[in-house]
Formats: sequence, C-alpha cells, structure tokens
Amino acid sequence: MDEAAIRQLSRRAAIFGGAALGLPLIGARATFAQSSVVDITKARTDPIPIAVPNFAGGSDEAQRLGQNIAGVIQTNLRNSGLFRPVDRAAYIQTAEAAAQTPRFQDWRVIGAQALTTGRAELSGDRLRVEFRLWDVLPEAQIQGTAFTAPAGNWRRIAHLISDVIYERLLGEKGYFDTRVVYVAETGPRDRRTRRLAIMDQDGENQRYLTDGSFAALTPRFHPNAQQIAFMSYARNEPRVYLFNLDSGRQEVLGTFAGMTLSPRFSPDGRSVVLSSTRGNDANIYVVDLGSRRERQLTSGGGLDVSPCYSPDGSQIVFNSDRGGDQQLYVMDAGGGGVRRISFGRGRYATPVWSPRGDLIAFTRIAGGQFAIGVMRPDGSGERILSEGWGMEGPTFAPNGRVMMYFRETPARDARGSGFSSRLSSIDIAGFNERQIVTPTDASDPAWSPLLA
Amino acid sequence: MLNTKVMTAFAALALLAACQSSTADNAATGAGAAASTSAGPRPGSQEDLVANVGDRVFFDTDESSIRADQRTVLERQSAWLARYPQVTVQLEGHADERGTREYNLALGQRRANAARDVLVAGGTAGARISTISYGKDRPAALGSTDDAWAQNRRAVTVVR
Repeated sequence: MDEAAIRQLSRRAAIFGGAALGLPLIGARATFAQSSVVDITKARTDPIPIAVPNFAGGSDEAQRLGQNIAGVIQTNLRNSGLFRPVDRAAYIQTAEAAAQTPRFQDWRVIGAQALTTGRAELSGDRLRVEFRLWDVLPEAQIQGTAFTAPAGNWRRIAHLISDVIYERLLGEKGYFDTRVVYVAETGPRDRRTRRLAIMDQDGENQRYLTDGSFAALTPRFHPNAQQIAFMSYARNEPRVYLFNLDSGRQEVLGTFAGMTLSPRFSPDGRSVVLSSTRGNDANIYVVDLGSRRERQLTSGGGLDVSPCYSPDGSQIVFNSDRGGDQQLYVMDAGGGGVRRISFGRGRYATPVWSPRGDLIAFTRIAGGQFAIGVMRPDGSGERILSEGWGMEGPTFAPNGRVMMYFRETPARDARGSGFSSRLSSIDIAGFNERQIVTPTDASDPAWSPLLA
Repeated sequence: MLNTKVMTAFAALALLAACQSSTADNAATGAGAAASTSAGPRPGSQEDLVANVGDRVFFDTDESSIRADQRTVLERQSAWLARYPQVTVQLEGHADERGTREYNLALGQRRANAARDVLVAGGTAGARISTISYGKDRPAALGSTDDAWAQNRRAVTVVR
C-alpha cells in the first residue's frame, strides 16, 4: 500500500474515527480517562478485548520483525491491565489477509472490539511499519500510521504503536515508549554492589550505566530524559551527581560540605531540589543548574529529605521528622507555607507527586508493615495500594496511571538467605500488581518521561 | 489526517565501557572480623580498637541520641584516641532495614554525628574525625529479626 492509499484511509479515519469515538464502548472509557479524580469502580471495568494478529511482512525477515512487533504490542497492552488480547488460537481470518482488508465479522465473533493490523517492509536496514487500528463493531478505522526507523529499533516502533493504541482507545497518553533507570544490586547484603542500570519499561534492553566501583543510589530522570540525577559514593563522599546519558559524563552537583541526597529535577528541568545534612539536621536546598547557585528552602530542625515538585513547579512535597516522626509536608516552591498533610497511622516517607498533579504517592510504615499508597495533595483520600514486609520508593509512569516501586523479601536466617529486592508495578487504582523482571536484585526505580 | 512519523535517529545511549570489572563496594572492615595474630593486634590499629576498646555503639529504633549504656564505649574510644594521636577515624552511621532508604541515610548521618560529638567532648580534635552514613545499605547482621536490627542501628568507628 502506498502513501497515497494510507493518506486516503487516514482521511476516511478522520471521518469515521471521530464517529467511532462516540460509541459507548470507547466513549465511556474516554470519559473516565479525562476525569482527574480516580474512581476505583470505573477503573476496574473489564479490559478492552483487542486482537493483535502478527504484522505481515514482504520478506522472511520483514515477516519476522512484524511478528516480533505484534508480540511486543500484545504484551504491552496485556500488562497494562486495561486490555485483554484475544486468544490467537481463536482467530478466523489470517494475519496476512487481515493486513489487506479486515473481515470484521471474523473478529466480531471471537469477541474482539478493537483490531490492529500492520505490515512491515525492509529496504536495506530501514524498517517501515504501517499500522492500523480498527473499531470492529462499526467496522471503522480509528488510526492509520506509518513509522520508519533502522531495523534494530523495531522494539521502539512497537512501543510507539502501543502508545497510539492506548491513547486512541482510552483517551489518555500511554507510557510504553519509556525507560526505567534503577539500582542493580548484586552480592551479599553487607557488601552489595549497587550500579545504575537502565532498561525499557518492559524490562528489555538492560544496560549498566556505572561500573560498581562506587555505590549508586536513587537515580531520577531529567524531564528531557537525557540526564539523571543520583547519589554516588564516589571517593567515599556521598553526594548528588548528574549523569549525562549521551556522554556518560558524571559531575558532582553543588559545593555542600555535608552529604547530599534525594535529588529530583524541577519540572522545567532548570534546577534540582535535594537534601543536605549539616549537624543534626538535614535541610532541603534547590540548586539552579545554570548558575549553580544553591538556595536553602527549609530549616525546620529535623531531617527533611525526599523533596519532590508538583508538576506545575509551584509546590514541593517532602518528608520530615520535625514533628517527632516521619510525616509528609507540602510547602511553596520558595520554602514558605509549610503544612503537614499526612495524619494516618504510622510513618510516611518518599512522597512523589503524580504527573497529573492530583495525587501524591508515598511509602507508609505502620505495624511492622510497609505499604505504597496515594493521597490527594491536601492529605485527603488516602488509599493503600499494596502492603507487605518491605516496599518503598514509588515512581509514576508519565501518564500518572501506573506506578513502579521496589519490594523486598525478608531474610530467612542470620546469613541473610532469601533476602531479595525486586521491582513491581501497579495501577494507581490498586490492581494489576506485577513484578518487573530484572537480571539482578533491583531497587530505586525511576520512570522516564515519554521518549518521543 | 496524515499521520506519518519518520524516526531517523534515535537517541542513543552513551554507555560506559562494558562493566566487567565488578569490584565490590569498598566495604568498610568495621566489624570485628579481623583475626588477631599471636602477637596481638598492632597498637593503634582497627584490630586493637575492636579487641580492646569496642568499635561501635548501638541506638534505639529511630533514635540518634547516645544511650547511657553506650556512652562508656565512646569514652573508652576517646581515651584510646588520646593514646594514639596520629590516628584519624571515620565514624560510620547505620540504620536497620525497617525504614526508607533516603530517610535512613539522613538518620545514619545523625547517628555518626552524635557519636562524633561525644568523642570531641572527650577531647579528640574534630579534625581527626570524619563521618559518613550508609543508611540501611550495609547491615552488620544479615538477618531480618529484632536482634539483627538492634545490631544494625549503630555507629562504627573505623581507623583510616
């Protein structure tokens, strides 16, 4: 199919696609997705049944890539918990035929409400993938898009297509074309090697960023995703560093006399907020990345750590024991107007503001159990999403819909046998908790913004 | 609506050279694992401190004040440091695993500082003492029990 044909189909999609969005199935979800307040009952509606047959290919190699791409898309959608891929054994029409013209009744009778078809073409190293998203009941195309990239980047194309499907059917942006930076942990617990590692959100393309000659902790992405702030024990001086993902260059941030920890970038990417210890206190500072000027924001007489900006940059939530034990506080970005927001049972820590702005996720420690939860920025509406022996450090996907954190299993004996630390993800409505498979033990995940 | 995206160059990750050399963290040898030789530990060494003075003090949960029953260890350390004026030490603050990583880093620092303050009050020059916190990331006891946690809430004096 040539570009003109796609253009034609796309125009048709503009007409029929608009109509398709008005249908009850998809329209209801779009309405939900636009609501800023999470409604658990709506979030638990049945996942959308979708058929993702293999993408056709003009050659054996293109066909293989087409199969791989469809497989990644299907896995992404299933893992989100919001889609239910129809069993491929039930397919009636072949993938090759569907890529030409879908026979909608064949997909309707096996329960698919949405269908994706596609075709991969290789010319030299260039991979071109056409993909179409169909609404099966009205027999209408919702989307037709073509992607071109070096063949080695076929996974990236699969993630981009997954995001298009997610956005067109749910009415909110996806999170598949993203990466996660985390701390890879190996070795016995008293002599652990902690390295920065980065991977795609689905656990593929694992790579180490640091060599383990020093411990690295708490990495966080810059809003443009090419820079990471983290805590490094290089030269045995624990300090916040910046790590440039393009060049690999690392540099210490600031001229603080004491330890610096818990960095996070401001939403505009121009500064880093962090905590610095001095005497018996830890206070929050902001460091301007242009001028490198440091400004102290808190002096509350306690350990103030884990600051995180609201997405509009106007406020900062942080963790402090100034009142006796660890609780969450919100202040204006300039340091004024401090108010406590957590009042439930136990200690509260590691607050992180949702990219949507409507929720603050946290770690709670109460009754010997750790938990991950969310509350509104004024402290109301607290909900615990997951609870266990040890878990902490939530990070939001860029659409605010999914969180990742790390979860620990206690040691069975005095030698530390059985202890493990692994990454998990969960929908913010509290369902679809899944372990993210990593090659080693893992902690401190941080989700990147969308890459595209 | 034409929706053709052309992705020519993907942002490529600049990777450090392959990370084969997985040197472990420079684990501090604060624990009393060092075997004393038949001649006994060298005076003024870490082994001497561990065997004859005690290299660590313990803290209550979420506390950083020096317990009354731990103060004598630090007083003995002060006297020992007075005997070996050439020795400099690093105080390592640690926490148990029942807290969050970032908060425990700050808590460990506060514990190291609290122990340092006692040594300084006992006459050791502040310039001879540095501090560092490892939070909950370097437990001395590897179990997940009350007893292990009590051993891990500690400040360890390490001869540099």
